[in-house]
Amino acid sequence: MDKIAVKVDDLTVAYNYKPVLWDIDLEIPEGVLMAIVGPNGAGKSTLIKSILGILKPIAGSVSFYGKPYSKQRQLVAYVPQKGSVDWDFPTTALDVVMMGTYGSLGWIKRPGQKEKKSALEALEKVGMLTFKNRQISQLSGGQQQRIFLARALVQNASIYFMDEPFQGVDATTEVAIINILKELRRANKTVIVVHHDLQTVPEYFDWVTFLNVKKIATGPVKDIFNDDNLTKTYGINYKVSIQE
Amino acid sequence: MDITTYIELVFSDYTLRTITLGTAILGAITGMLGSFAVLRKQSLLGDAISHAALPGIAIAFLITGAKDSNTLLIGALVSGLVGTFWIKNIVTKTHLKSDTALGLILSVFFGFGMLLLTFIQKQPNANQAGLDKYLFGQAATLVESDVWMMAIITGVCLLVMLTFWKEFKILLFDADYTKTLGFNTRIIDILITVFIVLAIVLGLQTVGVVLMSAMLLAPAAAARQWTNSLSKMVVLAAVFGAFSGVFGTAISASQNNLSTGPVIVLVASVFVAFSFIFSPSRGLLFKQIRVIKNRRDLELHKTLAFMYHIAETHENISHPHTVKLLNNFQGYTKSTLQKLVDKDYVKLNGNMWSLTPTGFETAANLYTKQSTNDE
Repeated sequence: MDKIAVKVDDLTVAYNYKPVLWDIDLEIPEGVLMAIVGPNGAGKSTLIKSILGILKPIAGSVSFYGKPYSKQRQLVAYVPQKGSVDWDFPTTALDVVMMGTYGSLGWIKRPGQKEKKSALEALEKVGMLTFKNRQISQLSGGQQQRIFLARALVQNASIYFMDEPFQGVDATTEVAIINILKELRRANKTVIVVHHDLQTVPEYFDWVTFLNVKKIATGPVKDIFNDDNLTKTYGINYKVSIQE
Repeated sequence: MDITTYIELVFSDYTLRTITLGTAILGAITGMLGSFAVLRKQSLLGDAISHAALPGIAIAFLITGAKDSNTLLIGALVSGLVGTFWIKNIVTKTHLKSDTALGLILSVFFGFGMLLLTFIQKQPNANQAGLDKYLFGQAATLVESDVWMMAIITGVCLLVMLTFWKEFKILLFDADYTKTLGFNTRIIDILITVFIVLAIVLGLQTVGVVLMSAMLLAPAAAARQWTNSLSKMVVLAAVFGAFSGVFGTAISASQNNLSTGPVIVLVASVFVAFSFIFSPSRGLLFKQIRVIKNRRDLELHKTLAFMYHIAETHENISHPHTVKLLNNFQGYTKSTLQKLVDKDYVKLNGNMWSLTPTGFETAANLYTKQSTNDE
């Protein structure tokens, strides 16, 4: 675990003068399964989104294996929050998973048999093969989450960013998802997960980052997942002013 | 006039043929692009764009002094685009939400357009009469070159849509994710928006500023009811739009003096109403039927479960009981009992009922199924 997969330098993000992320430095080693924890409004989703260039930071830089994101896109996959899209969109489960292949296809080129095959494989991995032709609005919350996960798996990336994949899913889906995440880690992939359930952090993850606008701590779960850091993250209200 | 003579007339009469073709093409392109607008939850964008086009028409007339429809439409296109990009800028650069931005741009541009129209009407230029036809549209002014123009733009739009189908689809579904895959979402967004503006501007002469947005929304809303596939939805919306144009023209041509634009819009809304009620999967009618059927099934199950509880206490499950016993049970009616008999779950013998072995087994399964569901 020497190689650094993701490196974040001095990342600062603000919405209308209110800083959401303040001067974040982060080094995520290759092959870890990392949780980002922190209270509501701590900037967890914002951190992922600005690392991926969906949001524009006002300062800071991000690199993947030492190179900027624009050069390393094929190494990175993203699982957005389930609630970020309209599930009444007229399309099927298989179609959504196929979208994971669009990035490697590039502009204009259509997905073919090869892309379909890898999409079907991903659906099987998340246990959703029988639902491949199901209209997406007819899937349960947990099934929708698995579809999103399958879409990211199709990208066959090295680094995965997931925004609350366990939100609103039942116990069965949670186990299914965590098993896939652990499988990814065994394949030496790096997985970064925004996570809400503190109880399960030691069981699911081996690396953790405490975040509350500022980075509180980051490191191996066994070393830093303690009351001290939890109090620092959840107990005190940080107020930093941008005028400085 | 009966239908066959009307159809003959469409093929022989120049004006009627031009209008029919024009409105059909217009309906097709607006239906097609309307699907995108509806799925992006930008239904009202069309309304804002069409109203924003009005000052462009007036300014184009003031500059050129001519009423050539192509010149005026270029003016409409420019001010429509300006309005649209202002809306987008307001949404991204201020705290205002998109509905506020739409309403603001719509009324400001429309007000300015009306002001210019009244100013033009006071001018001595005799040419100015009839500019206000752009408010409600006048299909009768369509000439062959207008139809050619519509056909060419529709063709280009179709070509672009087929080329960038994959990009359009993924942007409509999940814009953030599209960005992470490395697509320039701004370009796709601009492409879709420009085509929507184009389609609206094309329709101003026929349908007019005020009603134009209905052409965008109605076919798409109707099409969404019938399919769960994006490609089918776009095709269906184009077909609904085209038929609205053809039927609308026919109705207005055969009923004297009925303005074409409003009739087309009304025909399109008939498509919508029909689809909302009669679509098999999403329609109100079948939904209601399913609700009633489910409720009946549940009543039946409840009665069966009640009988099961009584039968359970006896060693012989088919031990007969009096029907009066069931009267204590809420939801029991003679017809539910009859239905249970029809399904061979229950045997009726005079005033006595008894569960059959199948009925007992079904009830037992029902019971365990429900209790596991509760967990």
